[in-house]
Amino acid sequence: MDFGPFLFLATLEGLVQAAVLCLTALGLSLVFGVMRVVNVAHGEFYMLGAVIAWWVTSIVGIHPAVGFAAALAIAPLAVGAIAFAGERLILKRLDYNPEATIVATIGMLYVIQQMALLFFGPDPRPVEAPFYFRIQFPWFGYSGYKLIVVAAAIAILLIAWFVIAKTRIGLVMRATQFDGDTAQAFGIPVNRVYASVFAVGAMFAAVAAVLIVPIRQAHYLMGLDPLLLSFIVVILGGLGSIRGTIVAAILIGLSDGIISVFFSPTLAKMASTLLVALVLVFRPQGLFGREEL
Amino acid sequence: MKKTPKERKLQITRRSALAGIGAVAGAGAAASAAPGFVRYAQAASSEPIRLGMQLHRTGIGASYGRWYDRVTTAAAKLINEDGGINGRPLEIVIEDDGTDPKRGAEVVEKFATQHKVDATFGTLFSHVVIGSSPRAGELKMPYIVVSEGHHVASGRLNRYVLQPGITDVKSQVSSMAPWVASNLGKKVTMIYPDFAFGHDHRDYFSAAIAAQGGEVLELIPIPPTESSFTRYFPRIPSATDVLYHVMVGPGVLTFVKELGQHFGSNRPEIFGFIDSLEAVDLATPQLEFLEGTHFWEGNPRYAQANQSAHDKFYRESVGVDDNGASVNDAKDVSTYSHMFGCWETLFVIKQAMELSGYGDGSAADKQAFIEAMESLESFDEGRDHPQGAKIFNGKIHQAFGHQNISRVENGRLNVVHRTSIEDGMYEPEADYTQMSF
Repeated sequence: MDFGPFLFLATLEGLVQAAVLCLTALGLSLVFGVMRVVNVAHGEFYMLGAVIAWWVTSIVGIHPAVGFAAALAIAPLAVGAIAFAGERLILKRLDYNPEATIVATIGMLYVIQQMALLFFGPDPRPVEAPFYFRIQFPWFGYSGYKLIVVAAAIAILLIAWFVIAKTRIGLVMRATQFDGDTAQAFGIPVNRVYASVFAVGAMFAAVAAVLIVPIRQAHYLMGLDPLLLSFIVVILGGLGSIRGTIVAAILIGLSDGIISVFFSPTLAKMASTLLVALVLVFRPQGLFGREEL
Repeated sequence: MKKTPKERKLQITRRSALAGIGAVAGAGAAASAAPGFVRYAQAASSEPIRLGMQLHRTGIGASYGRWYDRVTTAAAKLINEDGGINGRPLEIVIEDDGTDPKRGAEVVEKFATQHKVDATFGTLFSHVVIGSSPRAGELKMPYIVVSEGHHVASGRLNRYVLQPGITDVKSQVSSMAPWVASNLGKKVTMIYPDFAFGHDHRDYFSAAIAAQGGEVLELIPIPPTESSFTRYFPRIPSATDVLYHVMVGPGVLTFVKELGQHFGSNRPEIFGFIDSLEAVDLATPQLEFLEGTHFWEGNPRYAQANQSAHDKFYRESVGVDDNGASVNDAKDVSTYSHMFGCWETLFVIKQAMELSGYGDGSAADKQAFIEAMESLESFDEGRDHPQGAKIFNGKIHQAFGHQNISRVENGRLNVVHRTSIEDGMYEPEADYTQMSF
């Protein structure tokens, strides 16, 4: 394949990767930013989103699109509810102690993963795309659904931005993030904000998973990759910085896509890990992070 | 008032403790009087032969594991109905290895030290076989694999590792390369998983196609845990006549779908190993582009027009319908090209144990069992070997058999060529029988 089309395909692949990464990493970043909790179980919420999507689509068997729409509504809500319960039952009782919550979320990771193995089984299961069309470029064909995923991710990100920047809910969240004690003094129910933010963070991962599951398949081990990439993105962008997270997700997604196509996926992983190491050495607060956290 | 732990502890009086101990002792006595425990009092010779099955119940090999389990259960049932092995019942002990080499070695150890089985068998994924074999050798535990990799026949493992129930990749690809070169084309691009099993494909198919005057234009290795494949496809040169693919793991369906998206109807000839679609329904949406492509099949998934009585019996025993899916669930597609290996391996184990007069499982018994298996030369097609006749080479611990090339026609796989056993024979590269135990 010539260089031009080659680069074009690489960019398309990178965009899909970046779109999914934006959503998952945003969830992780939000939870860290507001609650100062490093959620190691984040990838498992992603996996749960995919698994519940499979379950919903296999029950609602009228038309793939109907099943998918139902999954898009139900899966994030269900995952949010599970995350909410986890926050109330575990993280709250640990008083959000940074070390303790890391260990606790590692525990949640294994519990969720093994429960999925127990009830969902070890096999990958396909979810049919709501619609399928193939775009034939002069040099290669490409799945139209993948481009829809990119568009959907952009739409969801815009809504998220609007909620965080322009609404009262967003204001309450930002206040809690800025200074929890003062926020509480001003009558903001910090406790409840924490629980909701944890649930919303998990829901972002679940939405990303529902969007991607018709391309890949639901599998109980699928949470690991997005977790690692999300951490890379969040560290790169600056812990707790939403803008940094999105910029870093696009950067990592595109470079991962392009380096993978031109060289090898292993080299792409090496490059992004190296980038994280360099950022940690020369700009520990991340590309967009504030000096002190 | 809340009681402190200390106060609670004190509530256990001597009397209640005695009552508790008494109840436990009573239950134990009752259990040992139950009929189930009687057989352990009998002579050692009627105790069951215990085989440890190292099963990929979880991890990336889980779809294979599910069916390896079912086939083994069906074959063991049949063996027991026929009077077991040397008149002793056969018992299968299963341990999950998570399709992980490190866990695999631990499982072998557990079989030897805890379960004290007579032999272990049933492993498929080559990295698990390679990771577990040294431990099996150290523990002097027969390790009978169903793995396809060339690692057994290459001589790099040890005296305790044998593969009598399934052919190896080197034999498979060298027997089919002539057909591929003369019917599909000579310029080949290969896509394969980047670990031992895929490397066997890379090395032996490249050599085999070169021997036919063909060439491999491009080698595209893919990490076995990969979940997205489109980005590899631009490396397929446009001069490719035949795209050769073999893929494993949870991403196989994505792989094949993305292949279809990339090429559409404007595709080269495609020759795949059915591994890329094992346990996947051919009728899945977006797989229509596979129509007219070819697959290797170890054992034809769809019952063919000339189906043998043995295949029919085997299908019924395992619970597989004529489309290769479970009789209970048409969506639960089997790993038909590989799982027959468990069935045939169990019957070879039975044959070798009976030949060696296997006793109470001493080290000498295990060595005699391996020597007996090494002395076997061929297996006839029949109930015990439904996939077909095999030739066994005891020096390299490897079986040789027939391979099938099938074409996708109207959404099902029809066999268009079946190789002879001789097509897949090669010069032995090792001699395990010269190794010490």
